[in-house]
Amino acid sequence: MPVSSSKSIIDILVALDNDSINLHEKELTIGGTIIYDRDMLKNEYIGDQFLHIPLLDLAQTHGKDRIMVNTVATGSVLGMLGIEMDVFFQIVEDKLKKKGAEIISLNKDAFSAGYRYAVKECLRCAFSITPKEKSRMLIGVNEAIGIGAIASGCKFYSAYPMTPSTGIMLFMAGKAKEYGIIVEQAEDEIAAINMAIGASYAGVRSMTGTSGGGFALMVEGLSLAAMTETPIVIALAQRPGPATGLPTKTEQADLLFALHAGHGEFPKVIFAPGSPEQAFYLTNKAFDLSQRFQIPVFILTDQYLSDSQWTTEPFDFNRFIHREYRVKGRSLEDIKDYKRHSYTESGVSLFGIPGTSKKLIVTDSDEHDEEGHITEDPDIRIKMVEKRLFKKMALINQEIFPPELYGDENPDIVLVGWGSTWGVLKEIVDILSKNKKIALIHFQEVFPLPLIEKFDYLNILKHAKKTFCIENNATGQFSRLIKAETGHEFTHHIGRFDGKPFFADSLARSIDDIIG
Amino acid sequence: MISLDDFKGRTPAWCPGCGNYSILRSFREAMVELDMAPHDFIVVSGIGQAGKFPHYIRCNTFNGLHGRTLPVATGIKLANHQIPVIAVAGDGDCYGEGGNHLIHAIRRNVGIKLFVHDNHIYGLTKGQASPTSTEGMITKNQPFGVLSGRLNPIALAVALDCSFVARGFAGDIPHLKGLMKEAINHKGFSLLDILQPCVTFNKVNTYNWYRERVYYVENHDYNPEDRISAFAKSLEWGEGIPIGVIYRNKRETFEERIPVIKDKPLIGHEIFTESWGDAIRKTTYEFF
Repeated sequence: MPVSSSKSIIDILVALDNDSINLHEKELTIGGTIIYDRDMLKNEYIGDQFLHIPLLDLAQTHGKDRIMVNTVATGSVLGMLGIEMDVFFQIVEDKLKKKGAEIISLNKDAFSAGYRYAVKECLRCAFSITPKEKSRMLIGVNEAIGIGAIASGCKFYSAYPMTPSTGIMLFMAGKAKEYGIIVEQAEDEIAAINMAIGASYAGVRSMTGTSGGGFALMVEGLSLAAMTETPIVIALAQRPGPATGLPTKTEQADLLFALHAGHGEFPKVIFAPGSPEQAFYLTNKAFDLSQRFQIPVFILTDQYLSDSQWTTEPFDFNRFIHREYRVKGRSLEDIKDYKRHSYTESGVSLFGIPGTSKKLIVTDSDEHDEEGHITEDPDIRIKMVEKRLFKKMALINQEIFPPELYGDENPDIVLVGWGSTWGVLKEIVDILSKNKKIALIHFQEVFPLPLIEKFDYLNILKHAKKTFCIENNATGQFSRLIKAETGHEFTHHIGRFDGKPFFADSLARSIDDIIG
Repeated sequence: MISLDDFKGRTPAWCPGCGNYSILRSFREAMVELDMAPHDFIVVSGIGQAGKFPHYIRCNTFNGLHGRTLPVATGIKLANHQIPVIAVAGDGDCYGEGGNHLIHAIRRNVGIKLFVHDNHIYGLTKGQASPTSTEGMITKNQPFGVLSGRLNPIALAVALDCSFVARGFAGDIPHLKGLMKEAINHKGFSLLDILQPCVTFNKVNTYNWYRERVYYVENHDYNPEDRISAFAKSLEWGEGIPIGVIYRNKRETFEERIPVIKDKPLIGHEIFTESWGDAIRKTTYEFF
């Protein structure tokens, strides 16, 4: 079973200084091991849990440089776990190619020295590794969003660096040349979103990404995208606020902010992936829906999800939606009486690409008529709101996938989560299902809430004895959304807002205590 | 043939006598003389009396938010650098709300042509001071007079090595039209600051006030390619106000520096290809 969450306990601690031991010794599992070098730390630790490995000496002897301490330590850990040396050798050859054969060889020697030492000396190591069945990729959510965006035809990414969203921009910039993308680091987030809107109007798929306060600056532009019906995808990587908050920690506290962001009333869609795989497919869906309905679509992640690495199955590009909605050139020229914001049955008006035909593409942040020109006519206003909001929203609702049910199909206990808690809540269901009828209902598509016609999750909640809404925030934002939209009131809330993600072991204990 | 009739847009909602009318006429005439049809270019505007400008022309239009004209124009120009993009803004719009964007648009040197309708007052919101208002000018919102110093957009632009810097006057249509054409034909970022009387709210900088002061730099043995003299020229304000091309250089444009769009504009790129799987293999390594 692949690991899909973090735990609060440590099996192997590599201590390169005394503080690491002082801070983390209490988190060690029974039978866990702390690796340290008594000469580096100038300290002798007594106890079965301590394993002295001469990291510095092995580094200098076999790696010819004290910087190789890390490599020796890595070798020791892999030795303790019984992972084949080849795995590391392949990575070293790949990653250090530019540094040359000598460095690669020294790294291998230092690694092997640490490996052999640990195998010989770690008498209490009893780890067993599940045999490797097939190759998986190692990937993080920011990269998965980037790959999803590129594969969905994203050609323009403008953003301002802000943790933890920066990784997406870095990924896109790294791929700019290969895939023909313009990545612009804007002067601020206001410019970032307005540039993305401009590029989208001009005819390319565009995206921006940000976090917390950066998104606060983008809110005005979000409303502009809505009024001008310009498609845009926004990756919002949450971190704890208010203000600068805890910049490198995690929280799920911007759901209702994103949901209510933007002055005025307009449709938007919010996705919240729980893994790189989900992020990849949702990014594609975000592009497709934003292009199809000419609306802003959010991909909501958080620091925990953004900064964690997962091993996962290769992505299936055949599942990708590749539909072009824009009209240009001859096909635009041939449209009789083209108007950018014409009234239609679906509420969606054909979006021509300016400059590719004689048809004019006119749009305005003011209320506008069908042609796109400024107006204050009350009848036009009403028709435009009907077109932009009501007609589109009815169709968008049909596109939202139901939540995932994991565990018992007629559960007594239901855990509800969204976004990044997917992995940890699944593991908790696995832990607690041995003697309880328990299930997880996890939402990846959080707004608009999925209709119950496809899967009546409300009925499951209604018949359960205990329903938990579990979120990385203080006020239970998703549970409030569920209550407001469906009337369901959870029997229990578990929130965490100390900047850390939920850990499978401690959260399972808390839930078990409540269930009794 | 392109004619003035091609540019007949909606009826303007500006005050009679507004300087915007002559800017509008100069623009239409310039486009006719440049033989540019309404679908051949894109006008981006913000909010303010100047923001309504593209509705009165008939052209591809993105009328965005107050102050955000330049970022939208930048996105458009990067997506399709072969189409002329003209940004139209007011002094409050571009020098106040959007000041940060102006600085960075000049730095980037994207080939946007920025025309600022600079009437030294907020017209749309009825008469508050703008960044270019004369110090001491009393308004309903500045009862003790304007306390802040006047922003000098020309000096700012020269200091930032802006690729093309000019000042026009709404009271001289042929001259203004000529500057518009020069700005559009210039390769990099162009700033054309247009002195525009506001007959309703600005009782200081009137048509007569300007007529007594403006003079044409081209009549005075002036070299706009010399940055130091351009900076000295940009500081002139008061008894004599220089109009014409104040500064220009041949800086490489932002678009020229992006290898991705060397051969064709971004909108000409294929967006769906078969080779996406490679992206993953090149980014990650297989493991476990």
